[in-house]
Amino acid sequence: MAFYRAHVLVCCGNTCSMRGGAALLQQLARLVEEKGLKDEVRVVETGCLGISEHGPAMVVYPEGVIYARVKAADLPEIVEEHLLKGRPVQRLMYRGPQAPKMEPETKVTYFGKQQKIVLRNCGIIDPRSIEEYIAVGGYQALGKALTEMTPMQVVEEVKKSGLRGRGGAAFPAALKWEAVADAPGREKVVVCNADEGEPGNFKDRLIMEGDPHSVIEAMAIAGYAVGARHGYVYIRGEYRQSVENFERAIAVAREMGLLGSNIFDSGFDFDITVYKGAGAYVCGEETALIESLEGHRGEPRLKPPFPVTHGLWGMPTLVNNVETLACVPPIISNGAYWFSGIGTEFSKGTKIFSPCGDVLLPGVIEAPFGITVREVLFDIAGGSRSGADIKAVLVGGPSGVMIGPESFDRKFAFEDLSPGAGALIVMDETRCAVDVVANCLKFFAHESCGQCVPCREGCKRVRDIVYGWTRGEGDELELDMVRRVGINMRLASRCGLGQFAPVALLSAMELFPEEFRAHVVDKRCPAGVCPMDSVVSVKEEQLSWQR
Amino acid sequence: MAKVTLTINGRPVEAEEGQTVLQAATAAGIYIPTLCAHPDLRPQGVCRICVVEVKGQRVLPTACTLPVAEGMVVETHTPNVREARRIVTELLLANHPTDCLTCSRNQTCELQKLAKEFGIRHIAFEGEKRHLDPDTSSPSIIRNPDKCVLCQRCVRVCHEIQSVGCIFTSNRGWETEIGPPFGMDLAKTACVYCGQCVAHCPTGALETVNPSEQIWEALRDPDKFVIVQTAPAVRAAFGEEFGMPPGTPVTGKMVAALRQMGFDRVFDTDFTADLTIVEEGSELIKRIKEGGTLPMITSCSPGWINFIEVFYPDLLPHLSTCKSPQQMFGALAKTYYAHKIGVDPAKMVVVSIMPCVAKKFECERPEMRSSGYKDVDYVLTTREAAQMMKEASIDLSRMEDEEFDKPLGISTGAGVIFGATGGVMEAALRTAYELITGKELPSLDITAVRGMDGVKEAVVDVDGVQVKAAVAHGLANARKLMDLVQSGEADYTFIEVMACPGGCLGGGGQPQPTTPEIRMKRLQAIYSIDKDMPIRKSHENPAIQELYREFLGEPLGHKSHELLHTHYTPRSPYLEIEEEQEKSLV
Repeated sequence: MAFYRAHVLVCCGNTCSMRGGAALLQQLARLVEEKGLKDEVRVVETGCLGISEHGPAMVVYPEGVIYARVKAADLPEIVEEHLLKGRPVQRLMYRGPQAPKMEPETKVTYFGKQQKIVLRNCGIIDPRSIEEYIAVGGYQALGKALTEMTPMQVVEEVKKSGLRGRGGAAFPAALKWEAVADAPGREKVVVCNADEGEPGNFKDRLIMEGDPHSVIEAMAIAGYAVGARHGYVYIRGEYRQSVENFERAIAVAREMGLLGSNIFDSGFDFDITVYKGAGAYVCGEETALIESLEGHRGEPRLKPPFPVTHGLWGMPTLVNNVETLACVPPIISNGAYWFSGIGTEFSKGTKIFSPCGDVLLPGVIEAPFGITVREVLFDIAGGSRSGADIKAVLVGGPSGVMIGPESFDRKFAFEDLSPGAGALIVMDETRCAVDVVANCLKFFAHESCGQCVPCREGCKRVRDIVYGWTRGEGDELELDMVRRVGINMRLASRCGLGQFAPVALLSAMELFPEEFRAHVVDKRCPAGVCPMDSVVSVKEEQLSWQR
Repeated sequence: MAKVTLTINGRPVEAEEGQTVLQAATAAGIYIPTLCAHPDLRPQGVCRICVVEVKGQRVLPTACTLPVAEGMVVETHTPNVREARRIVTELLLANHPTDCLTCSRNQTCELQKLAKEFGIRHIAFEGEKRHLDPDTSSPSIIRNPDKCVLCQRCVRVCHEIQSVGCIFTSNRGWETEIGPPFGMDLAKTACVYCGQCVAHCPTGALETVNPSEQIWEALRDPDKFVIVQTAPAVRAAFGEEFGMPPGTPVTGKMVAALRQMGFDRVFDTDFTADLTIVEEGSELIKRIKEGGTLPMITSCSPGWINFIEVFYPDLLPHLSTCKSPQQMFGALAKTYYAHKIGVDPAKMVVVSIMPCVAKKFECERPEMRSSGYKDVDYVLTTREAAQMMKEASIDLSRMEDEEFDKPLGISTGAGVIFGATGGVMEAALRTAYELITGKELPSLDITAVRGMDGVKEAVVDVDGVQVKAAVAHGLANARKLMDLVQSGEADYTFIEVMACPGGCLGGGGQPQPTTPEIRMKRLQAIYSIDKDMPIRKSHENPAIQELYREFLGEPLGHKSHELLHTHYTPRSPYLEIEEEQEKSLV
């Protein structure tokens, strides 16, 4: 095996690819060869580094220096200065566009406050290489589970770890695993929910592009634990690269006997099928996902019965989010005791957050539960990008609650401030809460499956009314009307989509009552964002009369 | 079934495990308003009207879907619940046309009922209403999608109970529509016009094609001789339209009311039901003796005929070639009867009152002109006929009993039981047995073919020959039988199929609502009428005997074939699509 003195991992994740990551990689490899460094420096493709807005990106090891916004013209300098002479190129190092250079303290907190468990391999290994995954300890957990543990012991380990779902619902994973394991039925199935539809979430994409084997291994462990011999990964249709990476990884795993019959000579069979979604957020709801897998309209089912007893084609089905599953191999390898030592009393382990919007360093980070909002926004994500104060954060995406600075010292934990699936959409003072909320409602109105009245009709009405407010329409009565409909959706909707769609609106109205009143009553947008063009046209008419 | 005790509104209620809160509450006499729930259908929980408050749950579950549990504490009318129902109704009304005054469901609409019940005086939401064009492509059913509240009852009935599935949900969210796929016209789909969708629809989104205006015109025209015939099942349900309890036989009142409307003759489809039995009984005997296609299957349900033409065209030879009683009547009216009383058949208008929606399609079939004219001119459903009476201020419930006109108003008990599932089979067996053996059946009540089981079987020993009979009602049950016939596993001699649950008494044109309870009451009414009739066997009907003597000659004779028998046409809409696809491949 060749030993290299340096590795350059070029991000070929979704966004960097779109910006020419692949071409950069080839060019860099060529330059490295031209300089005679081919046997000393290895140029490798890797998955998303999690700093999407600042791509194309690459990371140079052993220093761990991340270069952002790399252009083809920068490559000779990187090769000459850094790879040949050992002098990292300061101007290209990862920092915000208008902010001062990344101070050592910031670097410490940015990396120091994070703890990469799920993302341990992303940006470090070549996702196409199963050998690299194995080299960093991959498939050890599966081996341990199959050869040293009984299925019940695996479930116990997950239970002791305190692992809770990472897709937003935070249900204790072991309860689901146990229910499926105990459910009557010869055939059972594991489903990985990779629909990742929440705007502002791109963490599952990272995992699937950068470390697909971790999910494959996790699904196999889960299958062993609950008695399933087959797994499905439901990947949203838009994630073409994730689908490709996954299918490639499954094929390679099969070749090596890590999927298929008699894995590790244990007598356990397990295989995985990839299934593509077709553009419906509602299919992230586990029963709608199952309906879609069955070839039906992606409409949520009634619960009870729950998928754990009656799921895919009536079989007991375990549905878990990508991130939840990715926690499993480390739990088995390092033990539940280790995992439960991280985090808080009721929220164990780490969580991936995706701060985005008006922050200096948007991207994907991973930190233990218990970290405060302030730490994530400022210490890790670098605070406001523009310099204007941070006004509010949508915690969990459009289906999440809007919080203001007075809540920034709250801890991210299911028992305190639930992070949902981790999206943190940051708004600074230049943003208008009404405008942001209108956008959220537009999303839900588009994605509602349409089965039940509160959501189908409610989303439409509330969306139209709030959009009207951004145009200067509406009156004071609508403030209360919208609240009533929102509460109706919270209480009477048939599924989680309808129940959580109005949360952003209701919390924003509580947080910024004056801003809403200004729009509706004074026909004024304090942030100066909303077009208010109905008012203008009324004024025009009045003026034309006067003429 | 294990018992479960829960608390509803502070009262302990005993329920059975597996029941829903709605079922338990209804059984205990506790009212919970509903919209999308229907006793015939699996609950969907989409309208959210029947939400209740359950201790320990943050969200409000729907009573129609929530399974009872020991110790559950339910409140059905808390302020939260009432507010939720109110907003749901307001949201529905905001997206609904406001032409109640001229709507076919004015005062019978379930949405209107909820609006009144909840005291809604103001619809807060102004704004877009979804607009979709009406579908008037078929002779039986009109779709008004603007009035659809997306309760999915029609979809559930069409898929689960009728196994036709010609309508479904398309698009999502606000754009959701229910109808045929790809915006097709209903007439171009596999729709069999059974009208169960119309019967279950809570609003005016689905209605029947109503010929009332043309009938009034005919009645007004001194030049026209207007005859009305009434189906067996109609007399067991007509009273419901006038506030009478379900299951009240109103034969005499119905005749009186129709006479008052101005019909020149009030006749009875039961007469030709008897005729059908003589013809079909003879046909069955002939097939048994001569090795004809067996099992023979009844052909009086036009929804069923459409179904077999669409889905099992290869089984068409099994059908009896007899027309339905409605069509036999029309053919005879404009030949035999017109001649008998010296009326020009060109001036005769034959109106039928049917529990059926598919009969509107049936009378338009090109082969139904055996008399040289359109044999049956107009078909009214029970609901439409009642509406005409109300327009003329005729209150059926207050009429004095009158008798049908003769001779086409004379019938037997065997004729009236056509209205119930198993009735045709029973009537046929009563006659066939005697025709073959020369003896009367030991009991005229063949209970094995009666009742609401989806598929019923009976074996009747006819002089040593085992006649194996099967009866199905509801097209999903018919499908089960047809699959057996197709695979060769069925060893029946004679099969009766009725498209509608319960038989004609549960037809698409009957009074609304239709529920298992109401249909059972109509069933009991029909058998009680049969029991009380002086003659209970079709072949003993003196008017039928006279008909053969004077006109037809003998059963299956030349005249019968000309007027009383028909042929069938495969009509799968998919054939057209397959042909087009093949053409494009060439």
